[in-house]
Amino acid sequence: MKHTIEMKVNGEAWVIDVSPAESLLEVLREKVGVKSPKIGCERGDCGSCTILYDGKTIRACLALGVEADGHEVTTLEGIGHDGLTTLQEKMVEMSSFQCGFCAPGVVLSAHELLQHEPHPTAGQVQEAISGNLCRCTGYDSIVDAVLEAARIGPRAVS
Amino acid sequence: MTKTYVGKADAANAMETLNVIGRGTPRIDGLDKLTGAAEYVDDMDFGPGLLHAAVVESPHGYARIIGIDAAAAEALPGVIKVVTGKDFPFTFGMYMKDRYIFAQDIVRFAGEQVAAVIARDARTAKKAAALVEVEYEVLDPLLDPLKALADDAVLIHPDLGSYEHVPWFFPKENTNIAHWRKTRRGDLEAGFAEADVVLEDEYTVPRYAHCAIEPHVVVARLDGARRLTLWTASQSPFTQRDVFAQALAPLGFSHQDIRVVTPYVGGGFGGKAGVSMEIIGAALATVVQGRPVKVRWTREQEFKNTYQRQGVIARIKLGARKDGTFTAIEHDLYWDAGAYVEYGANVVNAAGLSATGPYRIPAIKIDSLCVYTNLPPGGPYRGFGYSEFHFGLESHITRMAHALGMDPVELRKKNAIVEGDLLAYGEPMNPSGLIEAIDKTAAAIDWGVAETSDDPNVAVGKGLCLFWKAPAMPPNASSASFLKFNEDGSINITVSGMELGQGYLTVMAQVASEILTVPPAKIRVETPDTDRNPYEWQTVASHVTWSCGNAVAAAALEAREKIFKVVHDARGYEEGSLYLEDQQVKCDTDPDFAMALSDFVIGGIQMPDGTFRGGPIVASGKFMPEFTSALSDPETSQGGHPNVHYTVGAAGVIIEVDKDTGKIHVKKAALAVDVGKAINPVLIEGQITGGLLQGLATVLYEDMRFDAGGRLLNPTFTDYKIPTSKDVPDEIIPIIIETPQPDGPFGARGVGEHTMIAAAPVIGDAVADAVGVRLKDMPITAERVAMALVSGRTDET
Ligand code: FES
Ligand code: FES
Repeated sequence: MKHTIEMKVNGEAWVIDVSPAESLLEVLREKVGVKSPKIGCERGDCGSCTILYDGKTIRACLALGVEADGHEVTTLEGIGHDGLTTLQEKMVEMSSFQCGFCAPGVVLSAHELLQHEPHPTAGQVQEAISGNLCRCTGYDSIVDAVLEAARIGPRAVS
Repeated sequence: MTKTYVGKADAANAMETLNVIGRGTPRIDGLDKLTGAAEYVDDMDFGPGLLHAAVVESPHGYARIIGIDAAAAEALPGVIKVVTGKDFPFTFGMYMKDRYIFAQDIVRFAGEQVAAVIARDARTAKKAAALVEVEYEVLDPLLDPLKALADDAVLIHPDLGSYEHVPWFFPKENTNIAHWRKTRRGDLEAGFAEADVVLEDEYTVPRYAHCAIEPHVVVARLDGARRLTLWTASQSPFTQRDVFAQALAPLGFSHQDIRVVTPYVGGGFGGKAGVSMEIIGAALATVVQGRPVKVRWTREQEFKNTYQRQGVIARIKLGARKDGTFTAIEHDLYWDAGAYVEYGANVVNAAGLSATGPYRIPAIKIDSLCVYTNLPPGGPYRGFGYSEFHFGLESHITRMAHALGMDPVELRKKNAIVEGDLLAYGEPMNPSGLIEAIDKTAAAIDWGVAETSDDPNVAVGKGLCLFWKAPAMPPNASSASFLKFNEDGSINITVSGMELGQGYLTVMAQVASEILTVPPAKIRVETPDTDRNPYEWQTVASHVTWSCGNAVAAAALEAREKIFKVVHDARGYEEGSLYLEDQQVKCDTDPDFAMALSDFVIGGIQMPDGTFRGGPIVASGKFMPEFTSALSDPETSQGGHPNVHYTVGAAGVIIEVDKDTGKIHVKKAALAVDVGKAINPVLIEGQITGGLLQGLATVLYEDMRFDAGGRLLNPTFTDYKIPTSKDVPDEIIPIIIETPQPDGPFGARGVGEHTMIAAAPVIGDAVADAVGVRLKDMPITAERVAMALVSGRTDET
């Protein structure tokens, strides 16, 4: 039993056949070929599959592919339309990552926060990324980079 | 001026000023990881021919396999093949061959692989695996190492005596003791007789899980030419190749037939060292020649069937004179090593050589026993035995201070090991800044200044503990590196250490950059492929900065020599008068001479007659510690030189304890570590912040729980909590101490694991300081603290 869905992924339109059991995470990774959302637990605990779904973060492992019909998905690959976002730049410069496996999810959660709260407190940043487990960094360097990115503000669009 | 070193072999090349080493150079893998470009094994595409495997696991901790019926699974459309232990009756293992690729007649832990289904897609494989019927005769599992030591205990490995193992293991046939490390030095009886206070007690540490966010995954393909290639999420590509070659030798494979490729890895912490589930991929590929096959562990399998940190019961007897001088220590460690100890026995070994902690103690008796149990295989986890034994030892030392009426920091300083003091195995201690680490940590937490809270329900406590650790490696563990220049003067380096997140690629680039003056951003360091990259033992033991750093320095120095030779041959300058600056060759005797590397490192230098001198600059380097030996007296561990060096340090905390709920809040944590030379201080701070939090979690809430059958009760992040961004200390103070390691690159030694080791005992001490409750078993959860307070327990602290 196949369903055909139409969705936008990082601004591009896709028409895809999916089976009812396939998670959105599987569809994105295997049928669209977008690999930045990672498989960490497949039960909503770790946040490594975080994506923006109509602009809001969700866990792609908990959504079904069929549900995404008519929706818009943005992943790490799609947020920097004009090169890197300030947040990505600061995370690179400040070495705010280690193995990097959590980074795609962390960036999207922090990106969402900065959209709504351009001048967050450290506590707000911690809250915003609290659903993204990182076993490596101890989080402090991530929080510092988000605050620094907020201080500088979004990149001027050229 | 502090002298710096470029490897022991090259002290003559000591560099006076450093431009790249010691700076917080941004990581060279930043763009890869922050744009989604970084590729991990599960991200690689293998096309529509890719097959998927699912594993049939034992639901019992200990059982005999009566029969396996795979007919229903085989009949499911999409299933390609079902394999069982009968197809692979081969043992494997790193230090001791005590494992089978699939269980043979017996399963020894819940979660052990009994069979596997290969199918066209993952869902079908999983469905079919559930259809494989295995009949078991369930046996009583042995879950407690002390029970497994009883004379009448069932033998979990009756064939122990026949297992191949490294020469420094001492298995005891007809017992459950897979290895017994005995260390003896000095006159123990006299030491205790001389003591004014002798303190004895027992401490227990449970099992823990690594919880790298990327699960283990392997893709394996045996091609038509019988070339077996494996893509693995691993810390150990070359060691894996070696283990695969040995395990599959009965099928005609040797090292030349096997290739292991390891792209970026999503965290390891020891859990991806050696070979665990990857052996399944290697085996399965041989039955579906021509097709790649993927095995990806679920989070649940990640908890149940990789390595776990071993539990330990520690009995400590420590003697001290009135003035605080330690006179003798007896330290017995009973390790719950699990069903297979092919790697874990070396954890036991490492602890058995070092369980004095970083102290000068004249009389020593350590017994470290590796005991088989029916729990998942124990193995390496950040700290490699030291995280485990420091909890008891450091708790005990604080209690000894109280018994003596001394300040715990004073007692530690009095006995702290310094350069030249004898180690437990009789060799002298390497240079170390332990005293400086203690003083700076004490200052950072205002040691000696009592603090209170405005909230009467909150008690404030402090703790300060020491730590040490040496890499645990075979005596001939080595590293190698290849280096080549490109037309634009940029450099490619191939090595086979793994970028686990610690920043290894960046550090290697910095080492080469310092010597060759090419900026790190123009140096690519490639992840391993055993066909193309040179040898590295594995990325464990916090040794790659030191060992592989020496190999990269050697390659860079060789390249520099070759560069000078070309310029000499073409232009006639004395090689000794040439030097590198800003990616140019310059000359002491001719200030007008400057030649950019990009002008000649590929095409050579043109002569007046139109011919060229030189050609592509390529170089290689290697490092092996040629002073280590694992040969020593098995009864005393004297006579060898098993460890290359120890890294030491101290950690201190200020915590608040809620007297009603027992909840512990870490306000401040300071950690000082003697790294020899900080090649990249930002990366070291990253190790301190991350390692401390990982250690704090082991003492505050993480804990693996098993039922009476040996089944893990909490194999998810829902039930096995690891820290989130809201669980961090209010403040972390990283303190870097630099007492050069004479044989390290630029004086550096390892630091990755050490940052976790003291976290557990320092919390135990701070809780005791805050509320007068001494908990001798980990974890020290809010619940346990609250219960102790409610029961009015006033244990001696
Ligand atoms: S993979 Fe989706 S939350 Fe872990
Ligand atoms: S950087 Fe490794 S999980 Fe976050």
